[in-house]
Amino acid sequence: MRKLINNPADVVSDALRGLAAAHPSLRVDLEARVVVRADAPRTGKVGLVSGGGSGHEPLHAGFVGFGMLDAACPGEVFTSPVPDQILAATAAVDGGQGVLHIVKNYTGDVLNFKMAAELAEDDDIEVASVVVDDDVAVQDSTFTAGRRGTGATLFVEKIAGALAEAGAGLTEVAAAAREVNERTRSFGVALSSCTVPAAGEPTFTLGEDEMELGIGIHGEPGRERAELATADEIVNAALAAIHTDMPLDGAEVLVLVNGMGGTPLIEQYIAYAAAANWFEGHGVTVARSLVGDYVTSLEMAGCMITVCRLTPELRRLWDAPVETPALRWGR
Amino acid sequence: MDAAFFAGWLRRAAELIEADSERLTRLDAAIGDGDHGLNLNRGFSAAVAALPALPDDTVPGKVLIAAGRAIVSKTGGASGPLYGGALRAAGKALGDAPDVDEAALGAALRAALDGIQGLGQAAMGDKTMVDALAPAVDAYEQALRRHGDPAACAEAAAEAAAHGAVATVPLQARKGRASYLGTRSIGHEDPGAASTVLLMRALADAAAGTR
Repeated sequence: MRKLINNPADVVSDALRGLAAAHPSLRVDLEARVVVRADAPRTGKVGLVSGGGSGHEPLHAGFVGFGMLDAACPGEVFTSPVPDQILAATAAVDGGQGVLHIVKNYTGDVLNFKMAAELAEDDDIEVASVVVDDDVAVQDSTFTAGRRGTGATLFVEKIAGALAEAGAGLTEVAAAAREVNERTRSFGVALSSCTVPAAGEPTFTLGEDEMELGIGIHGEPGRERAELATADEIVNAALAAIHTDMPLDGAEVLVLVNGMGGTPLIEQYIAYAAAANWFEGHGVTVARSLVGDYVTSLEMAGCMITVCRLTPELRRLWDAPVETPALRWGR
Repeated sequence: MDAAFFAGWLRRAAELIEADSERLTRLDAAIGDGDHGLNLNRGFSAAVAALPALPDDTVPGKVLIAAGRAIVSKTGGASGPLYGGALRAAGKALGDAPDVDEAALGAALRAALDGIQGLGQAAMGDKTMVDALAPAVDAYEQALRRHGDPAACAEAAAEAAAHGAVATVPLQARKGRASYLGTRSIGHEDPGAASTVLLMRALADAAAGTR
């Protein structure tokens, strides 16, 4: 294992110390393992808390700040945070208007956030939860744990964050978060696995001419292994899977071409060119787009495409000012 | 069986998990994300570390509740709430009794299974820890009906858990992260069922000492 680390056991705490040192706009509690906006709690504002395993940086801690999250709880690498952490974050950002938990649909995250929400309610903090499940590679049926939360998490956090910043109440913010999730779909492809530092070896191995289709964001294998294809073919397959699930004809969309952590930006732009071409061919208007490493899986190579069918209101909220370590504009 | 017995069970469980941590992680890497052994090792070490803080006159139920809390607080993932919740449910079922018999322990194991199924919504055949724990609890109760002593009941549970875990190999996962793989989860032992075997084996080892 060749990684820029000190000790596999200290990866999360060492990274949090760096995050704290680099970003004075954040308050990082190394003991409780929570990252909070320095100005929290804001009286009269709905608090937004998200969290999940580490290894997806900049998600979630990189999205803590004005117009987005109030707090993030990073778990161990690829392991959900524990209820104590989530409760500490919830209490830290409660400005009296309640707190929204944004939870990616993985069994561990769902269970730990559920326990934390019950504990918060014991402490008289009102909590609403939205579960993000945008990954079309998984069929939502009784035969699976349901679709995974992936790229849509970024859209949900940004748009719900803008609404909360504007002073909307908990019910309204939660409804917008659910609307974004319902209007968003993702599909990911891996060209390599990744190595969880504490495990020391790659979670799976791929041959030179192989790729994994329908991956999640935890270095796990996907639905199917296939022969390595060109960027155009991969992107077309991803968009076809999304389009089958949520028809995009005539839509105005927000698009994320997301690097998984080990794919250079030049390749991500090749993927974006293919996506732009596909959209043009299908009469889809790309209103807003984002290219880069936003929801990663350590050093995994590959990309994920996330598409949200916008409404004028959602576009306005996407455009609203944001100031976080990893996303900032308009301020 | 007193509080010391239950503390002994947890210490033995932590030992077995530590010894098998790499195997659990390997099983998880095949159909999950490769951290089950690491997480459980952290959680059960925390459970054992929480034991000395309990008062000298503590009861068995409180031992399990304290261990369950520590596991929920330190494990993360799905296994933290599931195993931690199971131990808390078992502890609550034991109540305030300072000493429990094999029937009470059987009822506590049943409560643990109910706790896991209530939270995780998994049924037999979903390729989860339930596939090891449910047959273990059934076997324990059967042995109890045959008037087995604690050691005999717990040994029956441990053996049934082991069979249950092996029986997960041909199954397709319907819960948890392995379910994302679809048919590709077939042919691998479920890591949660494998760790449940260790917990039942630890119980049998502790109970063997009561003879």
